[in-house]
Amino acid sequence: MNAAAAPNTRAGRMAARLAATEDRLSGLVLPAGAGWLARAREAALARVKSMGLPGKRDEYWRFTDPADLMSDAPKPAEVFQITDEPAMFMGVDRLKIVFIDGVFSAKDSDPLDEEGLEVIRLSDVAATDIHWAQELYGTLEAEAQTPVQRPLAALNTARAADGVLIRVTGQVSRPVSLVYQRQRDDAELILHHVIRVESGAQLTLLENGPGAARCSIVTEIDLADDAHLHHVRAMGRDHQRRALTHVFARLGARARFKSFTLAMNGALVRNEAMVWLNGANGVAHLAGAALGDGVFHHDDTVFVTHAAPGCESRQVFKKVLHHGAVGVFQGKILVEQPAQLTDGYQLSQSLLMDDACQFLAKPELEIYADDVKCSHGSTSGEIDADHLFYLRARGVPEDVAKQLLILAFLAEALDEIEDHHLAEDMRLRLKRWLNRHAD
Amino acid sequence: MLEINNLHVKLEDEDKAILKGLSLDIQAGSVHAIMGPNGSGKSTLSYVLAGRGGYQVTDGTARLEGEDLLEMEPEERAAAGLFLAFQYPVEIPGVGNMTFLRTAMNAQRKARGEAELSSGDFLKLVRSKAKDLKIDADMLKRPVNVGFSGGEKKRNEILQMAMLEPRMCILDETDSGLDVDAMKLVAEGVNALRSEGRAFLVITHYQRLLDHIKPDVVHIMADGRIIKTGGPELALEVENNGYADILAEVPA
Ligand SMILES: Nc1ncnc2c1ncn2[C@@H]1O[C@H](COP(=O)(O)OP(=O)(O)O)[C@@H](O)[C@H]1O
Ligand SMILES: [Mg+2]
Repeated sequence: MNAAAAPNTRAGRMAARLAATEDRLSGLVLPAGAGWLARAREAALARVKSMGLPGKRDEYWRFTDPADLMSDAPKPAEVFQITDEPAMFMGVDRLKIVFIDGVFSAKDSDPLDEEGLEVIRLSDVAATDIHWAQELYGTLEAEAQTPVQRPLAALNTARAADGVLIRVTGQVSRPVSLVYQRQRDDAELILHHVIRVESGAQLTLLENGPGAARCSIVTEIDLADDAHLHHVRAMGRDHQRRALTHVFARLGARARFKSFTLAMNGALVRNEAMVWLNGANGVAHLAGAALGDGVFHHDDTVFVTHAAPGCESRQVFKKVLHHGAVGVFQGKILVEQPAQLTDGYQLSQSLLMDDACQFLAKPELEIYADDVKCSHGSTSGEIDADHLFYLRARGVPEDVAKQLLILAFLAEALDEIEDHHLAEDMRLRLKRWLNRHAD
Repeated sequence: MLEINNLHVKLEDEDKAILKGLSLDIQAGSVHAIMGPNGSGKSTLSYVLAGRGGYQVTDGTARLEGEDLLEMEPEERAAAGLFLAFQYPVEIPGVGNMTFLRTAMNAQRKARGEAELSSGDFLKLVRSKAKDLKIDADMLKRPVNVGFSGGEKKRNEILQMAMLEPRMCILDETDSGLDVDAMKLVAEGVNALRSEGRAFLVITHYQRLLDHIKPDVVHIMADGRIIKTGGPELALEVENNGYADILAEVPA
């Protein structure tokens, strides 16, 4: 066989895909820059070209069509104004880093000098020849290309012109808060962040806001031994918005990573997370609560690798779907041979509020160590009629009873938010959302 | 208080009649007991009165102080003063017992146009009532009925009843699964609530609960109907001879 292989063979399809990718990306101009960052971008572009852009027939995209995530221009999405509640994280003392329509805004952000932190804008680092992030930018993303290819993450590495590089070296007194505001209906946001938490240091990272009509955010996280990162993300509520995010996190010994994502609304959201537990006794908890009504397709794709002994991982993803909304969960726990005494847990559940909703799930365990404790479960169903009747028989009106039961359903995911006030704030917003979507 | 007339009920999605012309008239201040073999329709009666789905009333009426119960939503029936202590109370993970109780109380008060209870007053009340029933603080904090023993679930039902102060209380086999001490606690809880303005319908298999909660009237139910009505002595008769004799008296 040669390059002109028949289009219906595997090799033929791959050749066609690579040609199409080459064609699609031929006019792509990478962000200006020199030095290591430019080289990392070029290498990433080469990765994309060697893998080809994904298609909806790919196993990895079987439940979510990537077309709208990679079309030339984003479909416009109306800016959703929320008037009846304060902005997310409003009351939290935090270091604010604001992006508007995908571009860093110095005047809306706090000064980037903070005790215990080094923060620099990605576009400012381009001129620096030596930088701590040099070893990380694109590195974890490249590593994440096996065993499953994620070309759109590599494309982000190549294209992202903005983002922040955060290094935590000591005691930090307040969270770092990345805020993605938007003004234009058709803006596209492509950001790439790198976060390195040094040994023994801790950080809380907040993210919120819709960002743009279409978002691609890659966050590469490197936690040294004994480092902690607590990540709380509230995605914006614009109904027509599309977003693809990747979190790549590598943990050293005894490191702790906790990540929670709240997603309400959004035409298409795919949140990917890949975590490597590379040092003994590390802890990684990934959780999400997603609520959608109508045009809503929300996909959590999670891959946790236990490469070292004695680590704990939890995945808790809950979805509440109304009026034809679609929820997707693809989750895997891979326990490599050295990872004895692994404690792995994975739970994905959807509450289907009517018959038109769909939950598509692919939970997986792959275990090569013999002394491990791993469990997983995936369910979807309606609100339990007996529960509902019990509450109503005590006088609780149907809508209030449903709300109580929905919040109860989400509780295990919300419990992964360490900060009590943040968790309470999320609950209040969930209640308001449920009130607005009560029927 | 509760007036049931010629009630016919079938399963909603099956052609199976369960209640076949049941009538009852329960006066305020009185305690009625219903006894009957398994499967005679006792729980179905309690569910239909409380408004559970899955059943279809094909004939007859049920009125609570003159109001048509069958037209009301379950929560409206509760607010109107009807309470069912379930035979099998459900476990509801994620919903705290206290949150549940408080939500229920305030919802009923709101429906009746009364002011909500402050959290201080609520706490005081629930603590004192829980103490009477030997329900400890830990049980109150847990999710509704989750991890409760059979007896704890039943006591939790009585706690809810004591808090909500309904006018018409239906107890569906509240004694089943209770040991003697727990049964005494439950009976004390019920007796404490007995009053002129309140009535009870106690569904049970056994005479022994009726030793503690003295009924005014005892009904025997079989195959979806009341087949015999009498005084407390009727319960004793069942206790001694079983249902066979009574069933034999009734023409099929
Ligand atoms: N939801 C239901 N589905 C099917 N059968 C039912 C249902 N509810 C009640 N039944 C049937 O109706 C009859 C009466 O049941 P029930 O009311 O529980 O009786 P009891 O409480 O007197 O033991 C039984 O034959 C029972 O199997
Ligand atoms: Mg029964």
